[in-house]
Amino acid sequence: MSEKGIGSSVRRSEDQRFLTGKGHYVDDMNRPGQAHAAFVRSPHAHARVKMVDTSAARKAPGVIAIFTGSDVAADKLGGLICGWTVKDKNGDPHKAPAHPILAYDKVRYVGDHVAVVIAETQAQARDAAEKVDVDYEVLPANIDTAKAMKGAVVHDDAPGNLCYDWELGDRAAVDGIIKSAHHVTRIDLVNNRLIPNAIEPRAAIGEYDSGSGHYTCYSTSQNPHVLRLILCAFIMGVPEHKMRVISPDVGGGFGSKIFCYAEEVVCTWAAKKIDRPVKWTADRSESFLSDAHGRDHVTHAELAMDKEGKFLALKVETIANMGAYLSTFATCVPTYLYATLLAGQYTTPIIFANVKAVFTNTAPVDAYRGAGRPEATYVIERIVECAAREMKMDPVELRRRNFIKPDQFPYQTPVALQYDSGNYGQALDAALKMSDYSGFKSRQAEAAKRGKLRGIGVSAYIEACGIAPSAVVGSLGAGVGLWESAQIRLNPTGSCQILTGSHSHGQSHETTFAQVVHEHLGIPYDSIEVVHGDTALVPFGMGTYGSRSIAVGGSAIVRAADKIIEKGKKIAAHLLEASVDDITFKGGEYRVAGTDKVKTIGEIAFAAYVPHNYPAGVEPGLDETAFYDPANFTYPAGIHICEVEIDPDTGRTVIVNWTAIDDFGKVINPLIVEGQVHGGVAQGIGQALLEGCVYDNDSGQLVTGSYMDYCMPRADDLPSLKVGMTETPCPHNPLGVKGCGEAGAIAAPPAIINAITDALGVMHLDMPATPEKVWRIAQQNRPAAAAE
Amino acid sequence: MYNFNYHRPGSVADASKALAGGAEARPLAGGMTILPTMKQRLSQPSDLVDLSQIAELRGIKASGSGLVIGAMTRHADVAHSVEVKATIAAVASLAEGIGDPQVRNRGTIGGSLANNDPAADYPGAVLGLGATIHTNKRKIAGDDFFKGMFETALEPGEIITAVEFPKPEKAAYVKFPHPASRFSLTGVFVAKTANGVRVAATGAGPCVFRVKAMEDALAKNFSADAIANIKVPATGLNSDIHGSAEYRAHLVTVMAKRAVAACR
Repeated sequence: MSEKGIGSSVRRSEDQRFLTGKGHYVDDMNRPGQAHAAFVRSPHAHARVKMVDTSAARKAPGVIAIFTGSDVAADKLGGLICGWTVKDKNGDPHKAPAHPILAYDKVRYVGDHVAVVIAETQAQARDAAEKVDVDYEVLPANIDTAKAMKGAVVHDDAPGNLCYDWELGDRAAVDGIIKSAHHVTRIDLVNNRLIPNAIEPRAAIGEYDSGSGHYTCYSTSQNPHVLRLILCAFIMGVPEHKMRVISPDVGGGFGSKIFCYAEEVVCTWAAKKIDRPVKWTADRSESFLSDAHGRDHVTHAELAMDKEGKFLALKVETIANMGAYLSTFATCVPTYLYATLLAGQYTTPIIFANVKAVFTNTAPVDAYRGAGRPEATYVIERIVECAAREMKMDPVELRRRNFIKPDQFPYQTPVALQYDSGNYGQALDAALKMSDYSGFKSRQAEAAKRGKLRGIGVSAYIEACGIAPSAVVGSLGAGVGLWESAQIRLNPTGSCQILTGSHSHGQSHETTFAQVVHEHLGIPYDSIEVVHGDTALVPFGMGTYGSRSIAVGGSAIVRAADKIIEKGKKIAAHLLEASVDDITFKGGEYRVAGTDKVKTIGEIAFAAYVPHNYPAGVEPGLDETAFYDPANFTYPAGIHICEVEIDPDTGRTVIVNWTAIDDFGKVINPLIVEGQVHGGVAQGIGQALLEGCVYDNDSGQLVTGSYMDYCMPRADDLPSLKVGMTETPCPHNPLGVKGCGEAGAIAAPPAIINAITDALGVMHLDMPATPEKVWRIAQQNRPAAAAE
Repeated sequence: MYNFNYHRPGSVADASKALAGGAEARPLAGGMTILPTMKQRLSQPSDLVDLSQIAELRGIKASGSGLVIGAMTRHADVAHSVEVKATIAAVASLAEGIGDPQVRNRGTIGGSLANNDPAADYPGAVLGLGATIHTNKRKIAGDDFFKGMFETALEPGEIITAVEFPKPEKAAYVKFPHPASRFSLTGVFVAKTANGVRVAATGAGPCVFRVKAMEDALAKNFSADAIANIKVPATGLNSDIHGSAEYRAHLVTVMAKRAVAACR
């Protein structure tokens, strides 16, 4: 292994510029002649827009233009789209109400866009935006997910606020087993709504060149080509060769920057209308109001078991909040990214899921780190824990008893997915050892002497990453293919650029992808650069989400590297006066097998660009592109074990131990992967203990609209994490990799709630486990807890 | 943020003049509350009078009888002050627990007291120690200073110049931090002084308040057990998504007990 190759903990190349303020984010960019946009947003959750009077605002200093929903309609812009069609239980497509770029008849959530003011400066735009006089007729707001189907109608074309009523599996068969089973565990739970809070707010600059007819959209997108496709084909009716989307350094996304939002459309569209670049950067308040939120499920589940605790059937009924409009991939999150994961790590033979997606007067809800898989894992790992307690069985043994065994792979679950590889018992054993699970009782007793309630919780998670292949996702309703592209461009003097369709907004592609090429082509690590995020530079690509970059994008890079190697062999054979079949390639050297006749890949690259002595019939240049469509999802899995201590007098929960054993297949860079686990666990701890998006149920105002009320996890909320790995390589991609970005956020919440409920001696409490909630239970259960 | 006139006087007298000159003039101390509200367009002062260049407002003076802390002294300076730690350690530890490092390096004791946020920490120390607020016009007893939520005895144009803390026999401040803002969800300052025991609770109600029943019990028996069964009524306390009035009332007792136990 080279010190920079696959398996090496290479420090991130990108950190130097990020940490010294030399990154280039959208807000750092300023275009000649640039104007600034400010959005007039609805202060009401639900209202009819009776009139928008812009006359006073137009007279304000610096105002260039003001556009409203009528202007959007007049220009026949398409609305924002949802790119995944989910068919309900009757085979009908989901209800897809219009999602206008700027509202004109109604506003449907606090923060909905009503108008845009474009002015010379940002301050002038904001000042003038306050002068836009909107006459609202306030309507009753429909906020509560559980009651949404009975609430005020959000869209006239979605009766009962139902987007779809979707099913997977055989309800009658599952009900039959539940009826006759030895034991059935039932649980009602809420998966709390979250606000993503990437460190960099969304931003956009739209630009139009009236000479060439070219648009440029600078955006904080996780997937610039997908954004270009939506902007061109669905909204603006512009051919794709006339639209360039640039997504430069981006400071985190967690899913919230996958989607096409109104603001980037408006900036791009308005740039042509005023013939000047138009810039907008969200402030944090706008981010809270208008970034797509995550999770927000209300679920009832039932698990049937025989007397040995063998799982016989699982039934899950979920109401999923879509918010006021469908965001770009909202519909697939609580269906194909959720219900298909409900087998977890277990051999449950039959599963039925029903998901009712509902509209409410809240911000749109879409994929957020884990997207559906945290919700599925939370249901499974909560109900399994409760089942163990009800059956008076060790929760670890109950899990082990139901695990899919290593010799059962590939394993066809009853919920469509076929798991390719895994060894769940091995990960469990490693986690039990690392966490000193067997020593817990003595730690608990020691904590009790200090007046603390100590609990332990296990979470056995699985996720499906690298969502693919395209034909399968297409059959499930995806409006896109989910392959990835890569181009490897060797330069004449032997340096190399990797042009990837993936996009890095914190995932460290610049380091990891360079390691892959360094390993495969033997080019010095420091001579390799990763280029991403510009539709004019890189081949069409699908972007980064669903922990897909290394599994799909990395595999495309390997395929492109293979093409480079093959072409190079022809050139080397010519230069070394040997047969192509006799040329071997290893460590950056072409060699005539069994001899000391060698050409380096740098020499071959030079020959390819200066082909004075060159094989006949071979094209000059050494620059290869590959598109990779995987054969299957990848299935990272693992065990996380959490130990908490609760102060019963205040209800404060402190996480005192954390053990993570993850199987990500082959690991390219252990340092980066550990960092991804840390970040994911931090977000999972945030969800379980601290974060919860709260709207006022009557007014629909966002109560948690700032960091004074929305509680983000901080360093001192986190324990020191013990992270380990097992490795069952993915059998169907060339790197054997599975993906690691979302694992922590998926695994953590049930581990924490299992630990807290263990400490408190209760079956359940809903997230976030705030001090007051925990305190109330601790008060009620004090005698019982003490008796244990 | 809306436009405003900016003043940076070099003396309290000039600051006072500048404050009188603007229609909606406001003093700027550390700016930890007013600047965020201005950025969010929730506050629109005509003038900001920046007190940061007034030397007479800064500094810590310790004597055998107590501390005098200049109004523009930053929380971090109080937290790290050898004099404060030696004279009233509870004040140093309170300052060290305010907000986060950025806030502690900007925020000031005078700014905190003049704003009188119901969840601020310093009001607990002022009321708990029976401190005296010095202004450019007079001296105000701590017991008379806090008038209600964001309300104080300060008159328009009146500027806090310093806070005088008498040295107690022993004292401690213990808070349950608000999980998001790290303000005090409920904090209790307990002091045993020459003039009796004082117990002040901040964060729990709309304004810092003394807990007379606890003071009486502690005067007889200065121990955590003495107040274990004393509950403040929940009526009138703050209630929000982070803690109900009932929870805050309960926390007053818990924090008070812990403060008594921590007194030194």
